[in-house]
Amino acid sequence: MLELKNISYVAEEDGEKKRILDDVSLSVGDRFVAITGPNGGGKSTLAKIVAGILRPTQGRVYFDGEDITDLSVTERARRGISYAFQQPVRFKGITVKDLISLASGKRISVGEACAYLSEVGLCARDYIDREVNASLSGGELKRIEIATVLARGTRLSVFDEPEAGIDLWSFQNLISVFEKTYSKTQGSILIISHQERILNIADTIVVIAGGKVTKTGPREEVLPGLLSGRVCAALQG
Amino acid sequence: MDELEKMLLMQIADLHRVPDGAYNLRKNGESEGRRSTPHIRIEPRQDGHSGVDIFISSQTRGESVHIPVVITQSDYRETVYNDFYVEEGADVLIIAGCGIHNCGTQTAEHSGVHTFHVGKNARVKYVEKHYASGDGNGEKVMNPQTDIVLEEGARLEMETTQIKGVDSTVRTTNAALAAGAELVIREKIYTHGKQYAKTNFSVSLNGDGAGADVVSRSVAAGTSLQQLDLHIDGNTRCHGHSECDAIIMDDARVTAVPALAANCVDAELIHEAAIGKIAGDQLLKLMTLGLTEQEAEEQIIKGFLS
Repeated sequence: MLELKNISYVAEEDGEKKRILDDVSLSVGDRFVAITGPNGGGKSTLAKIVAGILRPTQGRVYFDGEDITDLSVTERARRGISYAFQQPVRFKGITVKDLISLASGKRISVGEACAYLSEVGLCARDYIDREVNASLSGGELKRIEIATVLARGTRLSVFDEPEAGIDLWSFQNLISVFEKTYSKTQGSILIISHQERILNIADTIVVIAGGKVTKTGPREEVLPGLLSGRVCAALQG
Repeated sequence: MDELEKMLLMQIADLHRVPDGAYNLRKNGESEGRRSTPHIRIEPRQDGHSGVDIFISSQTRGESVHIPVVITQSDYRETVYNDFYVEEGADVLIIAGCGIHNCGTQTAEHSGVHTFHVGKNARVKYVEKHYASGDGNGEKVMNPQTDIVLEEGARLEMETTQIKGVDSTVRTTNAALAAGAELVIREKIYTHGKQYAKTNFSVSLNGDGAGADVVSRSVAAGTSLQQLDLHIDGNTRCHGHSECDAIIMDDARVTAVPALAANCVDAELIHEAAIGKIAGDQLLKLMTLGLTEQEAEEQIIKGFLS
Protein backbone atom coordinates (compact mmCIF):
# COMPACT_ATOMS: atom_id res chain seq x y z
CA MET A 1 0.00 0.00 0.00
CA LEU A 2 2.63 2.53 1.12
CA GLU A 3 6.15 2.27 -0.03
CA LEU A 4 9.06 4.52 0.79
CA LYS A 5 12.12 4.12 -1.41
CA ASN A 6 15.53 5.48 -0.47
CA ILE A 7 14.15 8.47 1.43
CA SER A 8 16.66 11.03 2.66
CA TYR A 9 15.84 14.31 4.31
CA VAL A 10 18.33 17.08 4.94
CA ALA A 11 17.27 20.02 7.10
CA GLU A 12 19.05 23.30 7.39
CA GLU A 13 19.43 24.65 10.90
CA ASP A 14 21.36 27.85 11.63
CA GLY A 15 23.05 27.62 8.25
CA GLU A 16 24.21 24.05 8.91
CA LYS A 17 22.92 21.10 6.98
CA LYS A 18 21.73 18.19 9.07
CA ARG A 19 20.81 14.80 7.68
CA ILE A 20 17.62 13.73 9.50
CA LEU A 21 16.79 10.69 7.36
CA ASP A 22 19.36 8.71 5.45
CA ASP A 23 18.31 6.31 2.72
CA VAL A 24 15.21 4.91 4.43
CA SER A 25 13.23 2.28 2.56
CA LEU A 26 10.07 0.85 4.03
CA SER A 27 6.97 -0.99 2.98
CA VAL A 28 3.68 -0.70 4.87
CA GLY A 29 0.99 -3.23 4.05
CA ASP A 30 0.06 -4.77 7.37
CA ARG A 31 -2.76 -3.83 9.67
CA PHE A 32 -0.69 -2.12 12.38
CA VAL A 33 2.84 -0.92 11.74
CA ALA A 34 4.66 0.78 14.60
CA ILE A 35 7.68 2.97 14.10
CA THR A 36 9.77 3.36 17.20
CA GLY A 37 13.23 4.48 18.17
CA PRO A 38 15.00 7.15 20.19
CA ASN A 39 13.96 10.79 20.22
CA GLY A 40 15.48 12.80 17.40
CA GLY A 41 15.92 9.65 15.31
CA GLY A 42 13.77 10.91 12.42
CA LYS A 43 10.41 9.17 13.11
CA SER A 44 8.22 12.27 13.00
CA THR A 45 10.03 13.54 9.92
CA LEU A 46 9.18 10.30 8.20
CA ALA A 47 5.50 10.62 9.14
CA LYS A 48 5.44 14.17 7.76
CA ILE A 49 7.00 12.97 4.53
CA VAL A 50 4.21 10.39 4.20
CA ALA A 51 1.55 13.08 4.75
CA GLY A 52 3.26 15.47 2.34
CA ILE A 53 4.01 18.12 4.96
CA LEU A 54 7.71 17.69 4.23
CA ARG A 55 9.23 16.82 0.85
CA PRO A 56 12.13 14.35 0.88
CA THR A 57 15.49 15.63 -0.32
CA GLN A 58 15.92 12.31 -2.10
CA GLY A 59 13.83 9.22 -2.69
CA ARG A 60 10.26 8.47 -3.73
CA VAL A 61 6.97 7.79 -1.96
CA TYR A 62 4.44 5.39 -3.49
CA PHE A 63 0.83 4.89 -2.42
CA ASP A 64 -1.12 2.04 -4.00
CA GLY A 65 1.52 1.91 -6.70
CA GLU A 66 1.26 5.61 -7.59
CA ASP A 67 4.26 7.89 -7.15
CA ILE A 68 2.89 10.56 -4.81
CA THR A 69 6.24 12.23 -4.01
CA ASP A 70 5.28 15.44 -5.78
CA LEU A 71 1.65 15.53 -4.64
CA SER A 72 0.47 18.17 -2.16
CA VAL A 73 -0.89 17.49 1.32
CA THR A 74 -4.43 18.00 -0.03
CA GLU A 75 -3.97 15.60 -2.93
CA ARG A 76 -2.57 12.91 -0.65
CA ALA A 77 -5.42 13.39 1.79
CA ARG A 78 -7.91 12.97 -1.04
CA ARG A 79 -6.18 9.78 -2.17
CA GLY A 80 -6.68 8.27 1.26
CA ILE A 81 -3.93 9.29 3.66
CA SER A 82 -4.81 10.66 7.10
CA TYR A 83 -2.40 12.15 9.57
CA ALA A 84 -2.87 12.83 13.27
CA PHE A 85 -0.60 15.61 14.49
CA GLN A 86 1.66 15.00 17.45
CA GLN A 87 0.85 18.52 18.65
CA PRO A 88 -2.81 19.12 17.75
CA VAL A 89 -3.57 22.48 16.20
CA ARG A 90 -5.88 24.98 17.92
CA PHE A 91 -8.44 27.08 16.08
CA LYS A 92 -10.30 30.09 17.38
CA GLY A 93 -13.94 29.87 16.36
CA ILE A 94 -13.91 26.40 14.78
CA THR A 95 -15.98 24.02 16.88
CA VAL A 96 -15.35 20.35 17.50
CA LYS A 97 -18.36 19.55 15.32
CA ASP A 98 -17.04 21.79 12.50
CA LEU A 99 -13.69 20.01 12.57
CA ILE A 100 -15.20 16.53 12.58
CA SER A 101 -17.56 17.53 9.73
CA LEU A 102 -14.62 18.84 7.70
CA ALA A 103 -12.75 15.62 8.40
CA SER A 104 -15.62 13.42 7.28
CA GLY A 105 -15.89 15.44 4.08
CA LYS A 106 -19.61 16.02 4.40
CA ARG A 107 -22.17 17.65 6.59
CA ILE A 108 -22.76 15.27 9.44
CA SER A 109 -25.45 15.14 12.05
CA VAL A 110 -24.76 15.90 15.68
CA GLY A 111 -25.38 12.21 16.36
CA GLU A 112 -22.67 11.11 13.94
CA ALA A 113 -20.17 13.63 15.31
CA CYS A 114 -20.99 12.49 18.82
CA ALA A 115 -20.33 8.88 17.89
CA TYR A 116 -16.75 9.73 16.89
CA LEU A 117 -16.21 11.66 20.11
CA SER A 118 -17.57 8.80 22.19
CA GLU A 119 -15.11 6.47 20.52
CA VAL A 120 -12.21 8.56 21.80
CA GLY A 121 -13.68 8.62 25.28
CA LEU A 122 -15.13 12.12 25.31
CA CYS A 123 -18.64 12.76 26.56
CA ALA A 124 -19.94 14.15 23.31
CA ARG A 125 -22.53 16.63 24.49
CA ASP A 126 -19.92 18.45 26.59
CA TYR A 127 -17.65 18.96 23.61
CA ILE A 128 -19.61 19.13 20.38
CA ASP A 129 -20.13 22.90 20.41
CA ARG A 130 -16.84 23.84 22.03
CA GLU A 131 -14.19 25.66 20.07
CA VAL A 132 -11.01 23.75 19.32
CA ASN A 133 -9.04 26.40 21.17
CA ALA A 134 -6.79 26.86 24.17
CA SER A 135 -9.69 26.24 26.58
CA LEU A 136 -9.30 22.52 25.88
CA SER A 137 -6.57 20.58 27.65
CA GLY A 138 -3.75 18.89 25.78
CA GLY A 139 -5.33 15.47 26.37
CA GLU A 140 -8.74 16.62 25.12
CA LEU A 141 -7.21 18.14 21.99
CA LYS A 142 -5.30 14.95 21.37
CA ARG A 143 -8.44 12.84 21.50
CA ILE A 144 -10.29 15.25 19.20
CA GLU A 145 -7.34 15.01 16.81
CA ILE A 146 -7.69 11.23 16.80
CA ALA A 147 -11.46 11.58 16.25
CA THR A 148 -10.78 13.60 13.08
CA VAL A 149 -8.73 10.70 11.70
CA LEU A 150 -11.50 8.26 12.66
CA ALA A 151 -14.05 10.44 10.89
CA ARG A 152 -11.97 10.39 7.72
CA GLY A 153 -11.79 6.60 7.70
CA THR A 154 -9.11 6.43 4.99
CA ARG A 155 -7.05 3.48 3.80
CA LEU A 156 -3.90 4.74 5.53
CA SER A 157 -3.92 6.48 8.91
CA VAL A 158 -0.71 7.88 10.36
CA PHE A 159 -0.59 8.68 14.08
CA ASP A 160 2.41 10.60 15.39
CA GLU A 161 2.83 9.68 19.06
CA PRO A 162 -0.89 9.34 19.80
CA GLU A 163 -0.20 8.43 23.41
CA ALA A 164 1.41 11.78 24.27
CA GLY A 165 -0.83 13.61 26.73
CA ILE A 166 -3.29 10.72 27.00
CA ASP A 167 -3.97 9.44 30.49
CA LEU A 168 -3.99 5.80 31.53
CA TRP A 169 -7.74 5.32 31.34
CA SER A 170 -7.95 6.46 27.76
CA PHE A 171 -4.81 4.61 26.87
CA GLN A 172 -6.79 1.37 26.81
CA ASN A 173 -9.40 3.19 24.80
CA LEU A 174 -6.77 4.31 22.33
CA ILE A 175 -5.83 0.76 21.49
CA SER A 176 -9.44 -0.17 20.92
CA VAL A 177 -9.74 2.94 18.72
CA PHE A 178 -7.00 1.57 16.49
CA GLU A 179 -8.73 -1.78 16.34
CA LYS A 180 -12.06 -0.18 15.44
CA THR A 181 -10.38 1.99 12.81
CA TYR A 182 -8.96 -1.10 11.22
CA SER A 183 -12.23 -2.99 11.27
CA LYS A 184 -13.87 0.00 9.56
CA THR A 185 -11.23 0.82 6.93
CA GLN A 186 -9.51 -2.53 6.45
CA GLY A 187 -6.49 -0.33 5.70
CA SER A 188 -3.15 0.20 7.35
CA ILE A 189 -2.40 2.12 10.50
CA LEU A 190 1.05 3.55 10.93
CA ILE A 191 1.77 4.53 14.52
CA ILE A 192 4.82 6.33 15.78
CA SER A 193 5.18 5.42 19.41
CA HIS A 194 7.46 4.82 22.35
CA GLN A 195 4.82 2.91 24.25
CA GLU A 196 5.32 -0.75 24.88
CA ARG A 197 1.56 -1.31 25.02
CA ILE A 198 1.17 0.09 21.51
CA LEU A 199 4.15 -1.85 20.21
CA ASN A 200 2.42 -4.90 21.67
CA ILE A 201 -0.45 -4.66 19.19
CA ALA A 202 1.77 -4.01 16.15
CA ASP A 203 2.06 -6.60 13.40
CA THR A 204 5.31 -5.06 12.26
CA ILE A 205 7.79 -2.96 14.20
CA VAL A 206 10.27 -0.65 12.51
CA VAL A 207 13.10 0.84 14.55
CA ILE A 208 14.53 4.13 13.32
CA ALA A 209 17.62 5.56 14.94
CA GLY A 210 20.08 8.12 13.67
CA GLY A 211 18.01 8.60 10.53
CA LYS A 212 18.27 4.98 9.47
CA VAL A 213 16.11 1.88 9.76
CA THR A 214 18.08 -0.19 12.21
CA LYS A 215 15.63 -3.04 12.54
CA THR A 216 12.35 -4.14 10.99
CA GLY A 217 10.28 -7.28 11.24
CA PRO A 218 7.30 -8.96 12.89
CA ARG A 219 6.59 -7.88 16.46
CA GLU A 220 7.51 -11.28 17.87
CA GLU A 221 11.00 -10.92 16.44
CA VAL A 222 11.71 -7.23 17.12
CA LEU A 223 9.98 -6.45 20.39
CA PRO A 224 11.84 -8.85 22.72
CA GLY A 225 15.15 -7.36 21.58
CA LEU A 226 13.87 -3.83 22.17
CA LEU A 227 12.67 -4.59 25.66
CA SER A 228 15.80 -6.37 26.79
CA GLY A 229 18.43 -4.53 24.80
CA ARG A 230 20.07 -1.19 25.13
CA VAL A 231 17.56 0.42 22.78
CA CYS A 232 14.98 0.08 25.54
CA ALA A 233 16.59 2.76 27.68
CA ALA A 234 16.55 5.13 24.74
CA LEU A 235 12.88 4.34 24.06
CA GLN A 236 11.88 5.30 27.55
CA GLY A 237 13.63 8.64 27.15
CA MET B 1 -40.16 46.52 -0.92
CA ASP B 2 -38.13 45.26 -3.89
CA GLU B 3 -35.80 42.26 -4.05
CA LEU B 4 -32.67 44.35 -3.45
CA GLU B 5 -34.12 45.87 -0.30
CA LYS B 6 -35.22 42.44 0.89
CA MET B 7 -31.67 41.14 0.34
CA LEU B 8 -30.20 44.01 2.40
CA LEU B 9 -32.69 43.34 5.19
CA MET B 10 -31.76 39.67 5.19
CA GLN B 11 -28.07 40.53 5.49
CA ILE B 12 -28.39 42.98 8.34
CA ALA B 13 -31.34 41.65 10.32
CA ASP B 14 -32.08 38.11 9.07
CA LEU B 15 -35.51 39.42 8.16
CA HIS B 16 -37.60 37.91 5.39
CA ARG B 17 -40.65 39.96 6.23
CA VAL B 18 -42.01 42.51 8.64
CA PRO B 19 -40.74 41.44 12.05
CA ASP B 20 -42.88 40.47 15.00
CA GLY B 21 -43.01 43.02 17.76
CA ALA B 22 -41.95 46.64 17.65
CA TYR B 23 -40.05 47.94 14.66
CA ASN B 24 -39.06 51.00 12.70
CA LEU B 25 -37.87 50.47 9.15
CA ARG B 26 -36.09 53.38 7.50
CA LYS B 27 -35.45 53.45 3.75
CA ASN B 28 -33.58 56.20 1.93
CA GLY B 29 -34.38 58.65 4.70
CA GLU B 30 -38.09 57.87 4.88
CA SER B 31 -39.99 55.76 7.37
CA GLU B 32 -41.14 52.60 5.58
CA GLY B 33 -43.08 51.29 8.52
CA ARG B 34 -43.33 51.52 12.26
CA ARG B 35 -45.09 49.60 14.99
CA SER B 36 -45.26 50.17 18.71
CA THR B 37 -46.41 47.52 21.16
CA PRO B 38 -47.97 47.79 24.62
CA HIS B 39 -44.50 47.73 26.19
CA ILE B 40 -42.37 49.36 23.52
CA ARG B 41 -43.26 52.77 22.13
CA ILE B 42 -41.50 54.25 19.10
CA GLU B 43 -41.99 57.96 18.38
CA PRO B 44 -40.46 60.51 16.02
CA ARG B 45 -37.96 62.80 17.67
CA GLN B 46 -39.07 66.21 18.79
CA ASP B 47 -35.69 67.95 18.58
CA GLY B 48 -35.53 68.40 14.83
CA HIS B 49 -33.03 65.60 14.22
CA SER B 50 -33.88 62.61 12.03
CA GLY B 51 -34.58 59.45 13.98
CA VAL B 52 -36.80 58.04 16.67
CA ASP B 53 -37.11 57.80 20.43
CA ILE B 54 -37.77 54.30 21.70
CA PHE B 55 -39.29 53.84 25.12
CA ILE B 56 -39.01 50.37 26.61
CA SER B 57 -41.18 49.93 29.68
CA SER B 58 -40.18 48.10 32.82
CA GLN B 59 -42.78 45.42 32.01
CA THR B 60 -40.87 44.34 28.89
CA ARG B 61 -39.67 40.73 29.11
CA GLY B 62 -38.03 38.92 26.21
CA GLU B 63 -39.44 41.25 23.57
CA SER B 64 -37.55 42.58 20.56
CA VAL B 65 -37.24 45.86 18.65
CA HIS B 66 -36.00 45.96 15.07
CA ILE B 67 -34.73 49.25 13.66
CA PRO B 68 -33.03 48.46 10.35
CA VAL B 69 -31.89 51.11 7.86
CA VAL B 70 -31.68 50.49 4.14
CA ILE B 71 -30.13 52.83 1.58
CA THR B 72 -30.25 52.14 -2.14
CA GLN B 73 -29.59 55.65 -3.47
CA SER B 74 -26.24 56.97 -4.61
CA ASP B 75 -25.18 60.51 -3.63
CA TYR B 76 -27.06 60.28 -0.36
CA ARG B 77 -25.88 61.17 3.14
CA GLU B 78 -27.76 61.10 6.40
CA THR B 79 -27.21 61.32 10.11
CA VAL B 80 -29.86 59.59 12.19
CA TYR B 81 -30.31 59.81 15.95
CA ASN B 82 -32.08 57.03 17.79
CA ASP B 83 -32.43 57.19 21.57
CA PHE B 84 -33.39 54.17 23.65
CA TYR B 85 -34.90 54.70 27.06
CA VAL B 86 -34.89 51.34 28.82
CA GLU B 87 -36.76 51.41 32.12
CA GLU B 88 -35.67 49.71 35.32
CA GLY B 89 -35.83 45.93 35.17
CA ALA B 90 -36.75 45.63 31.46
CA ASP B 91 -35.36 42.78 29.38
CA VAL B 92 -35.15 43.48 25.65
CA LEU B 93 -33.44 42.48 22.39
CA ILE B 94 -32.64 45.36 20.03
CA ILE B 95 -31.67 44.58 16.46
CA ALA B 96 -30.28 47.45 14.44
CA GLY B 97 -28.13 47.54 11.35
CA CYS B 98 -27.58 49.29 8.08
CA GLY B 99 -27.45 47.94 4.58
CA ILE B 100 -26.30 50.11 1.68
CA HIS B 101 -26.50 49.18 -1.97
CA ASN B 102 -24.79 51.78 -4.09
CA CYS B 103 -24.63 51.23 -7.82
CA GLY B 104 -23.86 54.83 -8.61
CA THR B 105 -20.66 56.80 -8.70
CA GLN B 106 -21.41 59.08 -5.76
CA THR B 107 -21.06 58.33 -2.08
CA ALA B 108 -23.84 56.81 0.01
CA GLU B 109 -23.30 57.48 3.70
CA HIS B 110 -25.15 56.63 6.88
CA SER B 111 -24.17 57.88 10.30
CA GLY B 112 -26.27 56.35 13.03
CA VAL B 113 -26.00 57.79 16.52
CA HIS B 114 -27.59 55.46 19.06
CA THR B 115 -27.88 56.46 22.68
CA PHE B 116 -28.86 53.95 25.33
CA HIS B 117 -30.18 55.06 28.70
CA VAL B 118 -30.41 51.76 30.54
CA GLY B 119 -32.22 51.83 33.88
CA LYS B 120 -31.39 49.90 37.03
CA ASN B 121 -31.09 46.13 36.64
CA ALA B 122 -32.36 46.24 33.06
CA ARG B 123 -31.01 43.76 30.51
CA VAL B 124 -30.33 44.73 26.92
CA LYS B 125 -28.95 42.69 24.08
CA TYR B 126 -28.05 44.95 21.18
CA VAL B 127 -27.16 43.46 17.81
CA GLU B 128 -26.01 45.62 14.90
CA LYS B 129 -24.78 44.52 11.52
CA HIS B 130 -23.35 46.60 8.73
CA TYR B 131 -23.28 45.45 5.16
CA ALA B 132 -22.83 47.11 1.80
CA SER B 133 -22.93 46.03 -1.81
CA GLY B 134 -23.05 47.56 -5.26
CA ASP B 135 -20.74 47.47 -8.20
CA GLY B 136 -20.58 51.18 -8.89
CA ASN B 137 -17.60 53.30 -7.94
CA GLY B 138 -19.60 55.18 -5.33
CA GLU B 139 -18.26 54.77 -1.82
CA LYS B 140 -20.34 53.09 0.87
CA VAL B 141 -19.66 54.83 4.16
CA MET B 142 -21.07 54.03 7.61
CA ASN B 143 -20.16 55.76 10.82
CA PRO B 144 -22.04 54.23 13.73
CA GLN B 145 -21.79 55.92 17.11
CA THR B 146 -23.11 54.24 20.24
CA ASP B 147 -23.34 56.02 23.56
CA ILE B 148 -24.26 53.86 26.52
CA VAL B 149 -25.18 54.83 30.06
CA LEU B 150 -25.75 51.89 32.38
CA GLU B 151 -27.34 52.55 35.77
CA GLU B 152 -26.79 50.34 38.83
CA GLY B 153 -26.93 46.65 38.06
CA ALA B 154 -27.82 47.14 34.38
CA ARG B 155 -26.34 44.87 31.73
CA LEU B 156 -25.84 45.53 28.04
CA GLU B 157 -24.43 43.01 25.62
CA MET B 158 -23.51 44.44 22.24
CA GLU B 159 -22.71 42.43 19.13
CA THR B 160 -21.46 44.63 16.36
CA THR B 161 -20.52 43.17 13.02
CA GLN B 162 -19.33 44.65 9.77
CA ILE B 163 -19.67 41.85 7.30
CA LYS B 164 -18.66 43.09 3.90
CA GLY B 165 -18.58 45.90 1.40
CA VAL B 166 -18.24 48.97 3.62
CA ASP B 167 -15.55 51.20 2.10
CA SER B 168 -14.99 53.47 5.04
CA THR B 169 -16.18 53.37 8.60
CA VAL B 170 -15.45 55.04 11.89
CA ARG B 171 -17.16 53.11 14.65
CA THR B 172 -17.31 54.88 17.99
CA THR B 173 -18.66 53.43 21.21
CA ASN B 174 -18.64 55.26 24.53
CA ALA B 175 -19.93 53.75 27.74
CA ALA B 176 -20.28 54.84 31.37
CA LEU B 177 -21.11 52.23 33.99
CA ALA B 178 -22.58 52.71 37.45
CA ALA B 179 -22.18 50.31 40.38
CA GLY B 180 -22.65 46.64 39.54
CA ALA B 181 -23.33 47.36 35.88
CA GLU B 182 -21.93 45.07 33.21
CA LEU B 183 -20.98 45.71 29.60
CA VAL B 184 -20.06 43.00 27.11
CA ILE B 185 -18.98 43.98 23.59
CA ARG B 186 -18.18 41.59 20.76
CA GLU B 187 -16.98 43.25 17.60
CA LYS B 188 -16.35 41.41 14.33
CA ILE B 189 -14.97 43.12 11.27
CA TYR B 190 -13.92 41.90 7.87
CA THR B 191 -12.28 44.38 5.52
CA HIS B 192 -11.06 43.76 2.00
CA GLY B 193 -9.97 45.73 -1.06
CA LYS B 194 -8.97 49.27 -0.15
CA GLN B 195 -11.35 49.57 2.78
CA TYR B 196 -10.71 51.50 5.94
CA ALA B 197 -12.17 50.69 9.35
CA LYS B 198 -11.51 52.59 12.52
CA THR B 199 -12.95 51.52 15.85
CA ASN B 200 -12.91 53.58 19.02
CA PHE B 201 -14.05 52.01 22.26
CA SER B 202 -14.04 54.09 25.40
CA VAL B 203 -15.41 52.60 28.59
CA SER B 204 -15.56 54.32 32.00
CA LEU B 205 -16.06 52.03 34.95
CA ASN B 206 -17.39 54.52 37.48
CA GLY B 207 -19.40 52.49 39.99
CA ASP B 208 -18.28 49.96 42.58
CA GLY B 209 -18.14 46.45 41.09
CA ALA B 210 -18.75 47.56 37.49
CA GLY B 211 -17.36 45.26 34.83
CA ALA B 212 -16.60 45.40 31.11
CA ASP B 213 -15.48 42.75 28.66
CA VAL B 214 -14.63 44.11 25.22
CA VAL B 215 -13.42 41.75 22.50
CA SER B 216 -12.65 42.74 18.92
CA ARG B 217 -11.97 40.07 16.30
CA SER B 218 -11.11 41.12 12.80
CA VAL B 219 -9.75 39.97 9.49
CA ALA B 220 -8.04 42.46 7.19
CA ALA B 221 -7.42 41.37 3.60
CA GLY B 222 -6.34 43.08 0.37
CA THR B 223 -4.78 46.46 1.05
CA SER B 224 -7.32 47.37 3.71
CA LEU B 225 -6.40 49.26 6.86
CA GLN B 226 -7.89 48.73 10.31
CA GLN B 227 -7.26 50.78 13.40
CA LEU B 228 -8.51 49.98 16.86
CA ASP B 229 -8.35 52.36 19.78
CA LEU B 230 -9.52 50.75 22.95
CA HIS B 231 -9.68 52.63 26.20
CA ILE B 232 -10.89 51.44 29.60
CA ASP B 233 -10.89 53.70 32.62
CA GLY B 234 -11.13 51.95 35.97
CA ASN B 235 -12.23 54.68 38.35
CA THR B 236 -13.26 52.50 41.27
CA ARG B 237 -13.23 48.86 42.41
CA CYS B 238 -14.03 47.24 39.07
CA HIS B 239 -12.87 44.74 36.50
CA GLY B 240 -12.18 45.35 32.85
CA HIS B 241 -10.97 43.01 30.14
CA SER B 242 -10.21 43.92 26.57
CA GLU B 243 -8.95 41.77 23.76
CA CYS B 244 -7.94 42.42 20.20
CA ASP B 245 -7.45 39.49 17.89
CA ALA B 246 -6.72 40.13 14.24
CA ILE B 247 -5.76 38.10 11.19
CA ILE B 248 -3.91 39.98 8.49
CA MET B 249 -3.69 38.78 4.92
CA ASP B 250 -2.18 40.01 1.66
CA ASP B 251 -0.95 43.59 2.11
CA ALA B 252 -3.43 44.62 4.78
CA ARG B 253 -2.46 46.54 7.90
CA VAL B 254 -3.85 46.49 11.42
CA THR B 255 -2.99 48.85 14.26
CA ALA B 256 -4.27 48.17 17.76
CA VAL B 257 -3.78 50.74 20.48
CA PRO B 258 -5.06 49.58 23.84
CA ALA B 259 -5.10 51.90 26.83
CA LEU B 260 -5.94 50.88 30.36
CA ALA B 261 -6.17 53.55 33.02
CA ALA B 262 -6.38 52.28 36.58
CA ASN B 263 -7.42 55.29 38.64
CA CYS B 264 -8.17 53.26 41.74
CA VAL B 265 -6.03 50.72 43.56
CA ASP B 266 -8.87 48.16 43.35
CA ALA B 267 -9.33 48.46 39.59
CA GLU B 268 -8.40 45.20 37.84
CA LEU B 269 -7.76 45.75 34.15
CA ILE B 270 -6.42 43.29 31.60
CA HIS B 271 -5.66 43.62 27.92
CA GLU B 272 -4.73 40.88 25.47
CA ALA B 273 -3.77 41.37 21.84
CA ALA B 274 -2.64 39.19 18.98
CA ILE B 275 -2.21 40.23 15.35
CA GLY B 276 -0.76 37.93 12.73
CA LYS B 277 -1.34 35.93 9.62
CA ILE B 278 -3.11 32.56 9.63
CA ALA B 279 -0.84 30.03 11.32
CA GLY B 280 0.79 27.62 8.90
CA ASP B 281 -0.08 24.57 10.99
CA GLN B 282 -3.78 25.53 10.94
CA LEU B 283 -3.71 25.49 7.14
CA LEU B 284 -1.79 22.20 7.15
CA LYS B 285 -4.22 20.52 9.53
CA LEU B 286 -7.20 21.35 7.33
CA MET B 287 -5.26 20.33 4.22
CA THR B 288 -4.62 16.91 5.79
CA LEU B 289 -8.42 16.64 5.94
CA GLY B 290 -8.55 17.12 2.16
CA LEU B 291 -9.18 20.87 1.88
CA THR B 292 -7.19 22.97 -0.56
CA GLU B 293 -5.14 25.79 0.89
CA GLN B 294 -7.78 28.31 -0.19
CA GLU B 295 -10.63 26.27 1.27
CA ALA B 296 -8.66 25.93 4.50
CA GLU B 297 -8.15 29.69 4.64
CA GLU B 298 -11.87 30.30 4.10
CA GLN B 299 -12.83 27.87 6.86
CA ILE B 300 -10.39 29.45 9.31
CA ILE B 301 -11.71 32.95 8.61
CA LYS B 302 -15.33 31.81 8.72
CA GLY B 303 -14.75 30.19 12.11
CA PHE B 304 -12.77 33.14 13.44
CA LEU B 305 -15.54 35.58 12.62
CA SER B 306 -18.46 33.27 13.46
